Amino acid sequence: MMQLEKIRQEFPALGEQVYGKPLVYLDNAATSQRPLSVIRKWTELSTKCNANLHRAVHRLAELATAEYESTRDCVREYLNAEYREEIVFTSGATASVNLVAFSFGEAFVHAGDEIIVTEAEHHSDIVPWQMLCERKGAVLKVLPVDDRGQLRLDLLPGLLTDRTRLLCVAHISNVLGLVNPVREIVRTCHAAGCRVLVDGAQGIVHERVDVRELDCDFYVFSGHKVYAAPGTGVLYGRRELLEQMPPYMGGGEMIGTVRWTGTTYAPLPQKFEAGTQNLSGTPTLRPALEMAATMRDSGIQAEQEKIKSFIINKLEENKKVRLFGVSQDLSQKVPLFSFSVEHCHHEDLALILDKMGIASRSGQMCAEPLMDRFGVTGMLRVSFAPYNTLEEAEYLIKSLERAIKMLEG
Amino acid sequence: MKTLQEAQSEVVEEFSMYDEWLDKYEYLIDLGHNLEPFPEELKTEDRLIKGCQSRVWLDASVENGRIHFRADSDAIITKGIISLLIGVYSGRTAREIAADDFSFVEQLGLRENLSPTRANGLASMIATIRETARQHC
Repeated sequence: MMQLEKIRQEFPALGEQVYGKPLVYLDNAATSQRPLSVIRKWTELSTKCNANLHRAVHRLAELATAEYESTRDCVREYLNAEYREEIVFTSGATASVNLVAFSFGEAFVHAGDEIIVTEAEHHSDIVPWQMLCERKGAVLKVLPVDDRGQLRLDLLPGLLTDRTRLLCVAHISNVLGLVNPVREIVRTCHAAGCRVLVDGAQGIVHERVDVRELDCDFYVFSGHKVYAAPGTGVLYGRRELLEQMPPYMGGGEMIGTVRWTGTTYAPLPQKFEAGTQNLSGTPTLRPALEMAATMRDSGIQAEQEKIKSFIINKLEENKKVRLFGVSQDLSQKVPLFSFSVEHCHHEDLALILDKMGIASRSGQMCAEPLMDRFGVTGMLRVSFAPYNTLEEAEYLIKSLERAIKMLEG
Repeated sequence: MKTLQEAQSEVVEEFSMYDEWLDKYEYLIDLGHNLEPFPEELKTEDRLIKGCQSRVWLDASVENGRIHFRADSDAIITKGIISLLIGVYSGRTAREIAADDFSFVEQLGLRENLSPTRANGLASMIATIRETARQHC
């Protein structure tokens, strides 16, 4: 408990009040709060080494480049990628997916080829693939989920053909909070000659990620969900694939030489980092990932387990509540809960909880096809981070019961 | 019938009696529950107010030169807000509604206390009521 209190003090936002009540922040799956180490790093970069990367010879540029490139080493190590040039910095998971959709698409996807996405994907892992398929005349196929929200892996072999180029799957769904069996999916896909992209926007927060162990071809995530500055993100890509893929955007550091007769491109990873990079933001990934590792490996993990069982028990006890994303094995469910309450609109619930000091999320959670699958217009979602306490979970349940009573009138 | 100004002051006064926002919500929820039932067959696409996160339907009919509003929403607080609005404007002439500046809504403090997406929804409700009145002028 002491340890958790100490960690919470590292996150100044957690001490804020809203409407005169202590803030209970349960919208971590959208944006997590930032620790002092990240805020300090941002300030340090803004004051001491604000300069463009790579090119200039002056001292500030040298410092900025060192910060940026050492962050790449740190991310490589964190993901256990084999080569540092497999780590491409982007503005977020969405940008990473779009990069792959364009560049992998240009290199490997032709008319009549197929891409598979799962029914539980975030819009950012659906729409870029729809755009690619439209551009190339390729076919988008969908791997469905069952009533509990589990992927229908039994249907996967039937979807894979010799024309399937890529399967895209969330490591953890941002709606269901279930850890998908990515290793198994990769094995099945690779056996059929199909590559795999993993959307790790939620996965990077809750799981230890080892891209070589997962054996995935691409792994993408955003910084702002894992305690770093907004507008930061990562694309891990297998080197041999990145090398064969053409650039996504042109200009800035991605060039080799520019001639009217033809331009050559920089080697990896600069080939994919066009324009001035987020030089103050990207290096915050380093203290952010250090914080993520600290929280994951410290004793506060036990509190997360308590929160999970407590919330699941309380929600299942209430007959009016329908919880989406259920697993018998609690280790495969993260503390992210989306649900609906009979006769209560999710928007009303979120509005009342807000006035009680609780930040939750209501609506479609950027997953409209999944809402349709479950026949709802939206859901209420509460997503916990390792810095949340059991006490906050108890306050949530009490507040939720009060809100339901208010709405029933 | 009360004048438009009287009806507006009454609503502002009643709403300001509650200090706590949770109590204001309770009042809106109450209004929502007591809103006259809305016929299912009127829940059509053209009656849906665009720009709201929850679904809001507004129906207008004219009788003896006066506009009668009926409304519904699948979210109860939103339903309370639209109920409050049509309580003030329903049964008035198109000219009277079109000439109003809707500034009483500012005095309720709703806009600042709703999230941006919901404040947009409120603005859409007001725009629809105003536009309906203009069409009948």
